[in-house]
Amino acid sequence: MKDNPVLRVVTKITIPIILLFAMYVQFHGDYGPGGGFQAGVIFAAAFILYGLVFGTSAVRRVVSPGILRLLTALGLLLFAGVGILTMLLGGDYLDYNTLGQDPLHGQHLGIFLVELGVGITVAAVMITVFLAFAGRRD
Amino acid sequence: MIELINFVLLGLLVITAIAAIRLHDLFAVTIMFGIYSLLAAAVFIVLDAVDVAFTEAAVGVGISTILMLATIGLVGRKEKPPSHRPLLPLVVVIVTGAALVYGTFDMPPFGARDAPVQQHVAPRYLGQSPQEIGIPNAVTAVLASYRGYDTLGELTVIFTAGIGVLALLGFRRRRNRLADSPEEET
Amino acid sequence: MEVLALYNYWVVIFLMMTGFYVVIASGNLVKKIIGINLFQASVFILYISMGKVSGGSAPILREAVQTYSNPLPHVLILTAIVVGVATTALGLALVVRIKEAYGTAEEDDIHRQDESL
Repeated sequence: MKDNPVLRVVTKITIPIILLFAMYVQFHGDYGPGGGFQAGVIFAAAFILYGLVFGTSAVRRVVSPGILRLLTALGLLLFAGVGILTMLLGGDYLDYNTLGQDPLHGQHLGIFLVELGVGITVAAVMITVFLAFAGRRD
Repeated sequence: MIELINFVLLGLLVITAIAAIRLHDLFAVTIMFGIYSLLAAAVFIVLDAVDVAFTEAAVGVGISTILMLATIGLVGRKEKPPSHRPLLPLVVVIVTGAALVYGTFDMPPFGARDAPVQQHVAPRYLGQSPQEIGIPNAVTAVLASYRGYDTLGELTVIFTAGIGVLALLGFRRRRNRLADSPEEET
Repeated sequence: MEVLALYNYWVVIFLMMTGFYVVIASGNLVKKIIGINLFQASVFILYISMGKVSGGSAPILREAVQTYSNPLPHVLILTAIVVGVATTALGLALVVRIKEAYGTAEEDDIHRQDESL
């Protein structure tokens, strides 16, 4: 599909917009619809679009399988790590009240970190699954 | 007006579902599934579930449809016409549907404010969330803070599915089908 | 009238039964998985319909709004959607491997190959 100039140019224009929108949805999940899951899927959609138009080897050059495996585990580790951190600070597991100087700040910080972990893992898993299916040609 | 939109959307969903049964070209069935997911996202918006509509549109129409198309590219897009008569599945489906409809007679009418599901926990979350958490999106507050354990479990499920797909398919196709090498190059 | 108030639920039950029929009546494995996804999507509509409050608005807390729809089914269904796509991805990966091992993705042919071993 990379021979088609219209597809090439339009993809190169829209991929940064999609990535920016994914980050907007991630960080504005507190104030409107959105959050980690939606943002992760939209982030992965940008990479999938790149892979559909330019081929899976191009995607593999941008984000190598080793980095993908690292990111998959990193998001989950971040989420679980926030829980361990709150336990070390004296509260229960995933009790965000202990994270800041007062409960409201702690909740904000906890939700921010947790949604970030969710977004990272979901994006990495979706890109991984797409590369696994698309890379398996007959 | 809202009831009319609801009615039309549900009617379109029924048409799409029946088309998905009757078609035998898997590519067309996948596209019908994509249309079904998009109409379901529109129904979710009409029912005030904006976060769910967002997720269903992104996940159902985007990821699920892409994965099904990739599978059809690897497996083949023609479905064999069914060899068995559809009588037994039809009977099972009609009996189950009738039992479920009989069950709905006990349910409160659609949209009732005094339904049991609107009591107990939901008013507490909606009422206490500004003081305890302080973010406007109640769904994110419940998802990330009040029910954080469930979200941790969900993230683990996604992680496991990613690892499972990697274990089954790997990142590259096998170079030599005759060489019988169990290790996939990743 | 009581019957019209339940119309939403009956249409959703019809959609569920459509998905169920696709799962049990088709022989192709990929179509079965598509049927499971149809079933799942209609179950989500059922749950969200149960959480709707007439006259309410989306559960994003604002000054001008009095009644909100119930956020609890939204959270449940958000989790369910993502878990659904995870199981779909795994199921489709299994179908790809089955096709490579048996040469076909039709249930009858696979049973015949297994019985003739």
